[in-house]
Amino acid sequence: MFDTALTLADLGFLAQGAVMTLAVTAVSVLAGTILGVVFGVLRNQLGTYWSLPITFLLDIFRSVPLLIQLVLGNALQSILKLGWAPFTTSCVVLSLYTAAYCTEIVRGGISAVPTTTRRAARSLGMTWWQDMRYIVAPLATRVSLPAWIGLTLGVMKDSALVLWLGLIELLRASQILVTRLQEPLFILLICGAIYFIISFPIARLGGYLEKRWSND
Amino acid sequence: MIEIENVRKSFGQLEVLKGINLTVQKGEVLTIIGGSGSGKSTLLTCINGLEDIDSGRIVVDGTDVHAKGTDLNKLRRKLGIVFQQFNAFPHLTVLENVMLAPVKVLGQSKAEAEAMAVKQLTHVGLGDKLKVYPSRMSGGQQQRMAIARALAMSPAYMLFDEVTSALDPQLVGEVLDTLRMLASEGMTMICVTHEMKFAREVSDRVAFFHKGVMAEIAPPEELFGAPKDPELKTFLAATH
Repeated sequence: MFDTALTLADLGFLAQGAVMTLAVTAVSVLAGTILGVVFGVLRNQLGTYWSLPITFLLDIFRSVPLLIQLVLGNALQSILKLGWAPFTTSCVVLSLYTAAYCTEIVRGGISAVPTTTRRAARSLGMTWWQDMRYIVAPLATRVSLPAWIGLTLGVMKDSALVLWLGLIELLRASQILVTRLQEPLFILLICGAIYFIISFPIARLGGYLEKRWSND
Repeated sequence: MIEIENVRKSFGQLEVLKGINLTVQKGEVLTIIGGSGSGKSTLLTCINGLEDIDSGRIVVDGTDVHAKGTDLNKLRRKLGIVFQQFNAFPHLTVLENVMLAPVKVLGQSKAEAEAMAVKQLTHVGLGDKLKVYPSRMSGGQQQRMAIARALAMSPAYMLFDEVTSALDPQLVGEVLDTLRMLASEGMTMICVTHEMKFAREVSDRVAFFHKGVMAEIAPPEELFGAPKDPELKTFLAATH
């Protein structure tokens, strides 16, 4: 007969961890996407040579393991006496990490819009901004969406690493319960199920939008 | 009036326009013919300001296209251009494709822009395709939509850059019929084309471009009937 010491209060504790995971992910993906759009457009506009400094900086964030970035980021904020809470540090580091990947996604999306289509928009008297807003943005979003969904889901799972800064997110909450209750398989199963439950709607939203846009 | 004075244009080492002089009067239909790489398409994009020029001047109704301070976005409202590729905005329906620029560029109300879009789409025979996405239409229909999109801006001049070149032969006719209709309505047009029969029928004048030079310009009956330039004679013999 299956027996567990897990209580409703423990489930509540896991739920709190899940909320923290969602909060870190939401802030990081939002900020990272905004930065990614800005850097992606800049990379596209500046060309290979002039965007080299941005490319180099973003390559660092894409090459160095996230755990090292979190530890170094935390050390740096401490050295600079910024006094950031672990949540802030986690969000800042994860946002830059997200931005590094998002920049490439955005740049690829913009490049996928045919030059001739953009030329047609400009020939109608549209300004650069109008061309970006009404032609490039919708088309590039369609191209970039699958990769962006993948990035968001990846960041959600990678956000587990913020436990090293002392944040109690979903995985850390599970770890604490495993240590206390000594039921690793059952608790990790629940933890995995919660990750799935919060990831599934995002994946489905991506699928829904792709399907809807494919009718165009 | 479009005045082109000694226009030169190079892409790197390759000089594609070697001092073009040309004037197009209001209401005139000018057709430009010539082989590939003769500079005819480049001239159209220079007139529209989509390409810079190296020297010379292009003046449209008194406005120097390439002068510093010229508001090209404003100027382009009176210079409609349709390209070889259809360049439909694939995320918008046919109606939205045609309405977009009048609303965003001219500041028309949606109702006003829709009325104009429906009028122009009906004009080119697409009145029944308003809610259709471009991907569901043939190349000829997409090209006619591109023409309606340019016309919806109420341009004073229309530039057509080999608009039938990317079409299957059976779809060429419907687009040429649309151009004929515009010509008969008095629209000022510069058409770059490989359709000699069309050029002969609708043009007031035909210009022959060869290697960046306007080798000959004359009314169609004269240019096709008694060509003077040796390169033009070779070109016409090859196209027959």
